[in-house]
Amino acid sequence: MNEKPEKLIDKKGSRLDGRKADELRPVKIEVGVLSNADGSAYIEQGKNKILAAVFGPREMHPKHLALPDRMVLRCRYHMAPFSVQERKSPAPSRREVELSKVIREALEPSLFVDLYPRTGVDVFVEVLQADGGTRCASITAASLAIADAGIPMRDLVVACAAGKVDGTVVLDLMDTEDKAGVADVPVAFMPNLNAVTLLQMDGILTPEEFENAVNMAMEGCKKIYALQKEVLKTKYMSIKEEVEE
Amino acid sequence: MPTFFEKKQLVTPGELLAEGDYLAGDNTYAEGNKIYASRIGLVDSDNKKINIVALRAFYVPKVGDIVIGTVVEIGFNGWTIDIKAPYEALLRASDVLSRPFKPQNDELSQVLNIGDLIVAKIASYDRAHDPQLTVGEPGLGKITRGQITKVTPTKIPRVIGRKGSMISMIKQETGCQIILGLNGVILVTGKNPEDEELAMMAIQKIEEESHTSGLTDRITHLLKEEKAKREESKNE
Repeated sequence: MNEKPEKLIDKKGSRLDGRKADELRPVKIEVGVLSNADGSAYIEQGKNKILAAVFGPREMHPKHLALPDRMVLRCRYHMAPFSVQERKSPAPSRREVELSKVIREALEPSLFVDLYPRTGVDVFVEVLQADGGTRCASITAASLAIADAGIPMRDLVVACAAGKVDGTVVLDLMDTEDKAGVADVPVAFMPNLNAVTLLQMDGILTPEEFENAVNMAMEGCKKIYALQKEVLKTKYMSIKEEVEE
Repeated sequence: MPTFFEKKQLVTPGELLAEGDYLAGDNTYAEGNKIYASRIGLVDSDNKKINIVALRAFYVPKVGDIVIGTVVEIGFNGWTIDIKAPYEALLRASDVLSRPFKPQNDELSQVLNIGDLIVAKIASYDRAHDPQLTVGEPGLGKITRGQITKVTPTKIPRVIGRKGSMISMIKQETGCQIILGLNGVILVTGKNPEDEELAMMAIQKIEEESHTSGLTDRITHLLKEEKAKREESKNE
């Protein structure tokens, strides 16, 4: 499992898990899974299993962190010790601190922060099982949890990665592809406003490949966005149907 | 100037609702000449104004609202009250005592202690200041008896019903007094706990089925049925 496979893409063009280059992993999303949080969501993307919980807007604690003219968004991305093959120390690592910041900055543009000054919103992202592309799946889930908490927002934020593996640009890398591949480009954006809120690149790509990867990631995002909307709607529709029976 | 929704359609944040000469109402926002949704809810247009009845939202204080809150902290000259809003509310001691407050004479915890529930009105609130409460009106003050139930604040209008039809029906059927806090906290006081539970059950039913039509009739039916059932078990 830990060795690098010889070929990440076979002659027929199918990847290690049988996907085509522009194919997403199967995505399953649920909203409102936690009763103690104001809003919550759970996402499974391939082998990734991620839980997001949102609290607030509420009084900021400690109070000196509150801002007089805007709401403060705080994020904590955390990986469970059992989320990877080798036990991960539960203490926040350098990577987790960075991802917390990246997720916060990807979500913040979707919120009307000046609407509720002096308050804070806390987003907790818990990775239960990781298999590459967790920052993207986390953003997708956290954005849904914010909508579920009833916090006004410009648009749902969706994220998806593309990268380069064995000389080909592919969508939604999994862990082995991420580690053995050449490059990884996570993209988060708000589809209705067509605004990108996160764009990173790890590795080396030519300008053409980069453009190709970004476009591919955005196409992937749109597919997940359709699912996000559907999940939110079915949750609130199901209550309606139950009554009508 | 097209609109992109049907009446009472369920929308999610970010959905484009209309383009052109429209106004952004509740839970929507305008970007250029386009109107988008900002919360999950049901769309409705009122002439040129587009509103969303939110299915998920929290309470935002408004001057004049009646709310029910819990005392969470005793300060030097007043109390801090949790009103289930993004902001904590303040209640001044002089407002409760209706005379000048002197720290050497009055022990605040004797008047209202931590954990006590109060019915209060929002006296002032703006962007820069936390809401201030007042209890200086009839019907307001410390809650001494009854039971508390909670609903999503956006559903309070549904509990009231058209011209108060729903709430007066529940009051009549159960013989309970009901005080609705606009922050989603509801106080039910009846002659006995059974009546209170009946009223609370009806309110929870409204919360669950708030967006369906013909609700008042269904709740009336439910209450009558439930009452008959209880009557029967008493006679046995």
